[in-house]
Amino acid sequence: MKTFDYVRPATVREAVAAASEPGAAYLAAGTNLLDLMKGSIARPSRLVDISRLPNLDRIEDLADGSVRIGALVRNADLAYDRTFARRFPAVAEALLSGASAQLRNAATVGGNLLQRTRCAYFYDVASTCNKRAPGSGCDARGGDNKLHAVLGWSENCIATHPSDFCVPLVALDAVVEVEGRAGRREIALEQFHRLPDDTPERENMLEPGEMIVAVRLPPPAARFAAHSRYLKVRERTSYAFAVVSAAAALRLEDNTIAEARLALGGVAMKPWRAREAELILTGAPADAAQFHRAAEAALAAAKPSGDNGFKIELARRIVVRALALAAAGTPERIPALPASPFASVSGDTIHA
Amino acid sequence: MHVSMSLTVNGVKRMIELDDPRVTLLDLLRERLLLTGTKTGCDRGQCGACTIIVDGRRINSCLALAISHDGADILTIEGVTQGGRLHPVQEAFIAHDGLQCGFCTPGQIMSAIGLIQEGHAGDDPERVREGMSGNLCRCGAYQGITEAVLDAQNAIGAASRRKVT
Repeated sequence: MKTFDYVRPATVREAVAAASEPGAAYLAAGTNLLDLMKGSIARPSRLVDISRLPNLDRIEDLADGSVRIGALVRNADLAYDRTFARRFPAVAEALLSGASAQLRNAATVGGNLLQRTRCAYFYDVASTCNKRAPGSGCDARGGDNKLHAVLGWSENCIATHPSDFCVPLVALDAVVEVEGRAGRREIALEQFHRLPDDTPERENMLEPGEMIVAVRLPPPAARFAAHSRYLKVRERTSYAFAVVSAAAALRLEDNTIAEARLALGGVAMKPWRAREAELILTGAPADAAQFHRAAEAALAAAKPSGDNGFKIELARRIVVRALALAAAGTPERIPALPASPFASVSGDTIHA
Repeated sequence: MHVSMSLTVNGVKRMIELDDPRVTLLDLLRERLLLTGTKTGCDRGQCGACTIIVDGRRINSCLALAISHDGADILTIEGVTQGGRLHPVQEAFIAHDGLQCGFCTPGQIMSAIGLIQEGHAGDDPERVREGMSGNLCRCGAYQGITEAVLDAQNAIGAASRRKVT
């Protein structure tokens, strides 16, 4: 690991000033950053430790009905906050389906949004990677790429964004609050991550020195509490990144879908909101035929970036299953195997 | 750079002179404080062999910078015995053969202590397995580990109920 200067600012303003220098990186828990530094994938010359900044570890109810999650709230603390989990069950389920208990105890909300791709060629410094070394090429394109992107990829990069948490968040119109030298601003999570295009090294909309201070769920996000699920296919039962995943949230009036939210994970370099599918579902009956139509629409633009054509059909099926589970109703308790298609919840329908 | 910091390790306050910001909590415990019970496995947050409890939470010590944890309260496998008696989790691991080679065991035990304190698994073996999935065992002693965690949880629960009544 390359050595670095270490600074621990006392305020957000001081942190932004310290992190605006070239080569600086923010350190919160470090569960992803330290891993990248040990492999020389990230080589910051200065770490700005924000883990002790005051007031960023709260979950707050705002006057307008929004919920504001501080950037330093730990993944486990958010998932196990009973009030939060009751209002946003798919978000809690997604959090608990990610990483391990040890990592969730440390990893922060802000860090989750900023985690880097798990593409093996990005991690292997002997491989070419346009994200790690711009202009060097993409060894993933002709390599072992069965888990790579099927939506929004470019010839320059076929990596995926690994977050589970971001998938229900983007479905629920989450907003990212950031602070930089020019002050505070807000970015819709849907616009926060960038698709690779010609600049895969630019992964999000943050300017140098800008820091995530909170993620906010707007008031309508709580309307879906009774019919929300996150479903994630993994290569093993637990402690693995998504092959594909889906967050589905419905507001039902009798058996008609009054409002639908749908997003996919593991398919692109950003959490993928499926708005065409939502339009199809709105006003339609909550039945399998409509779920299949929605799944077709959600994956209409998908194309394989390598040996991963199976992910397109898999994603369709996971969309159908997630919608069926959401329509059946949020379970009383998060299943023992959160988000697993193999989880059993007594009394609940598993199969579409 | 040179930084003076302190840690409370297994109940004892330790003053530490740190000359390199790259030192992880894992390396500090093993190389500087010579507490080698905590194991280095993958060193990348994947295997759980380095699990310790920091300020009441189980974490991977290989992915925690020491300098960032100035003032923290740390519990390692060396500190879990209670008045010379093995911790109930240690006793349960022995009783249920929750190990073979033993390399992952300190991490398994620290993780199990954390899991029981968190209190989310209850008596459901599937929730215990899920909650322990951050600790790999290459010998494959998972069956015994799951039984040990459930058994230890019962023992700790019974002991605390006795205290209350």
